[in-house]
Amino acid sequence: MAKTIKAALKVIPKAQILKMYELMLKARVLEERLIKIYKTGEAYFWIGSPGEEAFGVPLGMLSKKGQGHKYDWFHMHYRATPTMVALGMPMIDSIRLIMNKKTDVCTGGRNFSNHYCFPQWNVAPVTSPIEVQYTQATGTAWVQKRHKSKGITIVTGGDAGSAEGDFASCLIWASRKGKELPMLVTVQNNGWGISTPFEGQHGEESVADRGKAFGFKTLTINGNDPIESYIKIKESMDYIRKNGKPVLMEAMVSRLRGHSSATGANLIVNEEDCLENFEQLLLKSDLLTEKKAKKLRDDFEKEARQAQEIVRTEEAPSADTIWDNVFVDNENADWRAF
Amino acid sequence: MANMAQAIRMALHFSEENLDVKDIFGQDVGPPLGGVFTATQGLKTAWNAPLDERGIIGMASGIALTGERCVAEIQFCDYIFNTIDLLKMVGNTYWATNGNYNLPMVVMTPVGAGIRGSLYHSHSFDAWASRMPGWKIVMPSNPLDAYGLMLSAVDDPNPVLFLKPKALLRVRGSELIPGEPDNEKTLKEMIDAPIGDRSKWKPKWPKLEDYRVEIGKAKTVIEGTDLTVVSYGRSLPMCVEAANEMSESIEVIDLRSIYPYDWQAIKASVEKTGRVLFVNEDTEVTNFCEHLAYRCTQDLFYNLLARPKVVAGKNLPGIGLHANLEEASVPQKSHIKVAMEEVLSEVP
Repeated sequence: MAKTIKAALKVIPKAQILKMYELMLKARVLEERLIKIYKTGEAYFWIGSPGEEAFGVPLGMLSKKGQGHKYDWFHMHYRATPTMVALGMPMIDSIRLIMNKKTDVCTGGRNFSNHYCFPQWNVAPVTSPIEVQYTQATGTAWVQKRHKSKGITIVTGGDAGSAEGDFASCLIWASRKGKELPMLVTVQNNGWGISTPFEGQHGEESVADRGKAFGFKTLTINGNDPIESYIKIKESMDYIRKNGKPVLMEAMVSRLRGHSSATGANLIVNEEDCLENFEQLLLKSDLLTEKKAKKLRDDFEKEARQAQEIVRTEEAPSADTIWDNVFVDNENADWRAF
Repeated sequence: MANMAQAIRMALHFSEENLDVKDIFGQDVGPPLGGVFTATQGLKTAWNAPLDERGIIGMASGIALTGERCVAEIQFCDYIFNTIDLLKMVGNTYWATNGNYNLPMVVMTPVGAGIRGSLYHSHSFDAWASRMPGWKIVMPSNPLDAYGLMLSAVDDPNPVLFLKPKALLRVRGSELIPGEPDNEKTLKEMIDAPIGDRSKWKPKWPKLEDYRVEIGKAKTVIEGTDLTVVSYGRSLPMCVEAANEMSESIEVIDLRSIYPYDWQAIKASVEKTGRVLFVNEDTEVTNFCEHLAYRCTQDLFYNLLARPKVVAGKNLPGIGLHANLEEASVPQKSHIKVAMEEVLSEVP
């Protein structure tokens, strides 16, 4: 974490710094609500992103948001809440997803928490396999390159997922000579693959180093520092938009609640908390007061709680919808009716 | 008459010009080779991909996410297996997002035996493919159907897997593709790349016309009253030959689409004949045709005069190189005739 806010204020407007804090807090409060929903038996499963706010929020804030190849494409993994909150996702959308309601705009009650999908912002569907987004992302980047768009393709994953073949495929397809793709390829290194530590599956010093062999611009950043994340993400995005070439960014982050509800979703006390540290920095720098921080948290908690209360009353998807949307226009997919 | 490889090439050219296809890619798909079976020679949007099947399917799905249309090739279906979870993802995307994203993309891949391809150039994929909900699966048995199915596949808003029966790719059709010159030598001079240096060669495409074979519609190739034979792809012409050599009146149906499949065509025929034989090349245990046979027993039990039968590839780990091994592993005309006789001779 940056020692003072002075240097940050030279490159990031104060309003942006405060906005970043608010969004990080909002994302954290939302994830805490999702965990409560799971722990009180109102959801089958939770997976999410507490501890990745300092990276995920600036990623969303700095992107070019919209639909179509002129805007940035997002191929996220299942720790995407901070980025979605920064893009403008209402809390209730995430709560409808985890409570698998008919009103869930991402999947209609069909998929897990944090498996977001927002076509209006080019957010590709998040899937449970931890690698497929890396190859799929090359396709949207290819189309952006064809159209000489200033939109770029952003793809995220974890350090454990970088062991999968699609990560290597992404490095190859994004870096072919003369066919380089405008991609920000990121790895959020939280040091774990469920219960396997980084050292147990990697021999390389850093995941970012792997990009060097492919001519990627590479960097490893402190993803627990929102200021550093903001600056480095911005530099990288500017480079990609200007040059049309890929960047591989490894962000060292914390995993504050373990892998998922499957590992308990309890607070891991020895991990660095980026939100707490950032809040302290802002308080010390007189950019934030205790009163303001408390009010923000209270307001977000109220919003999350009220959203849960609304969602609780909403309809579940009905059993007769299982055949819906197998094919476009609900063309019959049930062989019994052929 | 065009062969199937030329028909697919012409369909892809028509698709580039008229159906907004922007990328046709895969290993050796672009110049100079234009596909190991020449099906992509001379196409303006064809390009060579890295030798990476997962990358090919992943990129195709990403292009499709943007709404742009592409045709991706896996050089032999024997090499598609390491993409199976990507294929699953493509198939489930529209459903999993409850209609947020559809993936209009075509994946084509040569399948089946018949070229002495041994273990890794002889596999079939139709039974595997039938277990990928969300995909449409087609497999032509002649050049005209290949042309019409490809145009339908390219224009479909869903992912479509186009299985190319590799043993039939050099076989000429009996019907002209709309716009195809009627002299096959002329066609060859126009669209086949020359041997040797091709760097300055450009095809002269005939003025091709739109022609569709609807996905999900079978074709009754021979009408008959004593036995229904349902097949597709490479084994279809074998079934036709076998039927023509039998003294009984045999109806042969070319299914053409594996999913969705034309149950009404099968049903009408079996209700008429009371006897049915299914033939394909994929391995026989949990074969797609077993599903069709099962459905016949469920829906048409009281119409049946004999047990439905499936003739398929032997349930072996591979197909051996020697002709004796290959021919004993996948259905041949002689096997089909024996099966026809068995079903025809059964007394209810």
